[in-house]
Amino acid sequence: MDRATYDVVVVGGGAAGLRAAIAAAEANPAASIAIVSKVYPMRSHTVSAEGGTAAVLRDYDSFDLHCFDTIKGSDYLADQDAVEFFVSKCPEEIVQLEHWGCPWSRDPDGRVSQRAFGGMSVKRTVFAADKVGFHILHALFQTTMKFDNIHRLDEFFVTDLIREGNAAAGVTALDMRGGELVRITSKAVVLATGGCGRIYEFTTNGFIKTGDGMALAYRAGVALKDMEFVQFHPTALPGTGILITEAARGEGGYLINKDGERFLKRYVPEKMELGPRDILSRSIMSEIREGRAFDGPYGHYIGLDLRHLGEGTINTKLPMVRELAEKYVGIDPVNELIPVRPGQHYIMGGVATNARGETSVPGLYAVGETACVSINGANRLGSNSLSECLVFGTSTGRAVAEYVRKKDWPSGAAAKEAVLAEEARIYDGFLKRERGSETVAGVRKEMQQLMERDVGIYRTEAGLREACARLVSLRERFAGIGIADKERVFNTELTTVLELDYMLEVATAIAHSALGREESRGAHSRTDFPKRDDARFLNHTLAFRADGAPRIEYLPVTITRWQPAARVY
Amino acid sequence: MAEREVVFRVHRYRPESDRGPTYQDYRVPIRDDTVVLDALNHIKDTLDPTLTFRWSCRMGICGSCGMNVNGTPVLTCGVFVKDLRGGVVTVDPMANFPVLKDLVVEFDDFMRKLQGVKPFLIRKEDAPLSAGEYRQTPEQVEAYRQQSMCINCMLCYSACPVYSRTDHFLGPAASAIAYRYIKDSRDEGADERLGRISTKTGIWECTFVGECSVVCPKDVDPAAAIQSLKVLASMRHMRRILMPKSASR
Ligand SMILES: Cc1cc2nc3c(=O)[nH]c(=O)nc-3n(C[C@H](O)[C@H](O)[C@H](O)COP(=O)(O)OP(=O)(O)OC[C@H]3O[C@@H](n4cnc5c(N)ncnc54)[C@H](O)[C@@H]3O)c2cc1C
Ligand code: SF4
Ligand code: FES
Repeated sequence: MDRATYDVVVVGGGAAGLRAAIAAAEANPAASIAIVSKVYPMRSHTVSAEGGTAAVLRDYDSFDLHCFDTIKGSDYLADQDAVEFFVSKCPEEIVQLEHWGCPWSRDPDGRVSQRAFGGMSVKRTVFAADKVGFHILHALFQTTMKFDNIHRLDEFFVTDLIREGNAAAGVTALDMRGGELVRITSKAVVLATGGCGRIYEFTTNGFIKTGDGMALAYRAGVALKDMEFVQFHPTALPGTGILITEAARGEGGYLINKDGERFLKRYVPEKMELGPRDILSRSIMSEIREGRAFDGPYGHYIGLDLRHLGEGTINTKLPMVRELAEKYVGIDPVNELIPVRPGQHYIMGGVATNARGETSVPGLYAVGETACVSINGANRLGSNSLSECLVFGTSTGRAVAEYVRKKDWPSGAAAKEAVLAEEARIYDGFLKRERGSETVAGVRKEMQQLMERDVGIYRTEAGLREACARLVSLRERFAGIGIADKERVFNTELTTVLELDYMLEVATAIAHSALGREESRGAHSRTDFPKRDDARFLNHTLAFRADGAPRIEYLPVTITRWQPAARVY
Repeated sequence: MAEREVVFRVHRYRPESDRGPTYQDYRVPIRDDTVVLDALNHIKDTLDPTLTFRWSCRMGICGSCGMNVNGTPVLTCGVFVKDLRGGVVTVDPMANFPVLKDLVVEFDDFMRKLQGVKPFLIRKEDAPLSAGEYRQTPEQVEAYRQQSMCINCMLCYSACPVYSRTDHFLGPAASAIAYRYIKDSRDEGADERLGRISTKTGIWECTFVGECSVVCPKDVDPAAAIQSLKVLASMRHMRRILMPKSASR
């Protein structure tokens, strides 16, 4: 197969992509929808989400409270109209997934259970033990099999967007198994490619989270919004970066320093272990700096204490935590502390869209972690992300279904040209290049260490300038990477080079956005500007690709009912 | 942490240049916390970038990294090199599937079988979302919980002696998933599914060797699911003979 045509191409088979595909297929049964994914959909990193997904379901809760928690959590950078829309749609997504077979954990009366989560004032997080992402992903994936108008192109790696005139008109992709470049023509393209955690050295993200869709949109002239806001989760296992879910604290776990003290009483006395992630991660870094952390083979860490929860609760509510701790650090949380430290986890920023997933390019949509609507602002609350994938997956799927009803087919001329250009770039450029002076693993590692050091939890102007400069030199060195594997079938050396290309693009947008924001807000913590500065920065950052450094612009935040206030917990 | 060197004997097959598979040896530095997948990544990043395998989550949940290590199907991200016996570690692609390249196999056959068992809730009538969730007690969830844990890693197919002889056999994971939906109190598609899978080639060929359940990393126990399906299918058959009119109930 060297070509294919669909009304809609959805790039990505995670929660966001699958939800969008189903919504589009339902809204427009006459339309053909293709899910194009570089891995089988059930391998998408949504699978690793453990803790839960938020929705107002009970009388003790209210939409206003979920809005307020989200907005305060965002350090007032979320667009409040988007948050209100989001919160109002979460409940029906939970019910919809339930109707599609998702095995939510239940109360004795048969209703869906809810648990506590960081930054949420009441028990609002729906869960399926601690394998929430896994169950959501498989329920959605298996449900797509009901639809005759959903087609799958599994293990197709998207290399570029096709545009006709200004509008999106498909994608070019490497068919990994077939070993050829194909052109996939469509009336519209939805980017649902997930986050970019692999830009960092220590991350909870899987190997495939390389920011591909962000880079594709950025290259097409769409702004990347709020990219400086990178979330560091307080509890990842030292060494591997494997996540220990916030549900461990939601169920009552403690964070303990080496003196056996619940040190959060010094930082977030009201919320303690259920404080928001940005503040908790910084609190842990302070404990480390002040010499109150444990010392291990992978550096300093603190302890996550679940012992008082008892074996029963751990087994029914947190079985995966026990499994991961036993397997990867050789300890049983029933009797011992789990060693944890902060690690890159999520990116609040992404492709600038509205609540219908629309970008500034007609026919190009983005949704899920790859997009920025924005509801997460400067810091996402745990369990809002899966809900975001579901809510905006639905709204985007419906919007795109409507768009393709009225849109004419592209002529295909642009697609032909695009595939020739990609053949020249990828096969002649990368694949034929003789052994170079650099390796993909070498350049990637330097980028990851650089981002970790200079664009991590704490940032300074000097560090960010250094990062921006070194990203330029890494880009030059990227050009010297040689590829030893010359075969076209399943060439993962080639795809990792293309992924590094995407990551360098996204890393540059993050570093420059961080340099521009001379304040501290949410996850963006500038030691040279330690205060939030609403007078100058109650704005979204927009990074546009340009020759040389990205062009940075600002866009005011939408405020509806919640005036910015000090963020104390 | 102390390091030592271990030899990895890795299956190589380059579809565009090799006529048949070969083995290649690599010496890899190992610590106590090195998993087999780390060793393969060490090879790819520093010794031989052409070595080809799938992986992503490195935490035993995405199901990408299944291979036969010293002959046993495992998730390579979950097996510590220190726990392996013998001097040399042999890494092969999973058995019973066509090999695409090095350690990558093709399992479209499973994807077709999965779709074939209708892996979604079947209801005579879908309730509107406004009616809220279908109630399900924790006990009712427990009835299908175990089989809902399948990560589609394919280790069970790699271990299955029946699937190695006949690829008509529905096989362990697809059977487990069929059973998962049948046991779900919200589902009304049991009859339809049983009708589809209780053909001669569906489940009856399983001889209850049980290797699938031994290798399953998620305790799905597909062997038990197949046996239960056989019982359900027989009962359905009996009902059809005795009460042809009510067969769909
Ligand atoms: C360990 C962990 C735990 C988490 N726990 C929670 C939680 O409890 N609650 C919560 O709300 N959130 C949680 N999150 C966050 C949440 O899981 C993610 O933000 C969300 O799953 C992202 O889904 P997605 O659909 O946007 O992307 P993904 O699931 O990452 O899917 C991306 C898809 O895009 C495809 N793709 C990417 N690039 C290309 C390309 N070039 N060509 C073709 N296809 C491509 C991939 O194949 C994949 O199918 C967690 C995250 C992690 C890492
Ligand atoms: S049943 Fe077990 S071994 Fe088989 S695919 Fe599922 S998880 Fe893997
Ligand atoms: S890499 Fe995901 S299961 Fe091993």
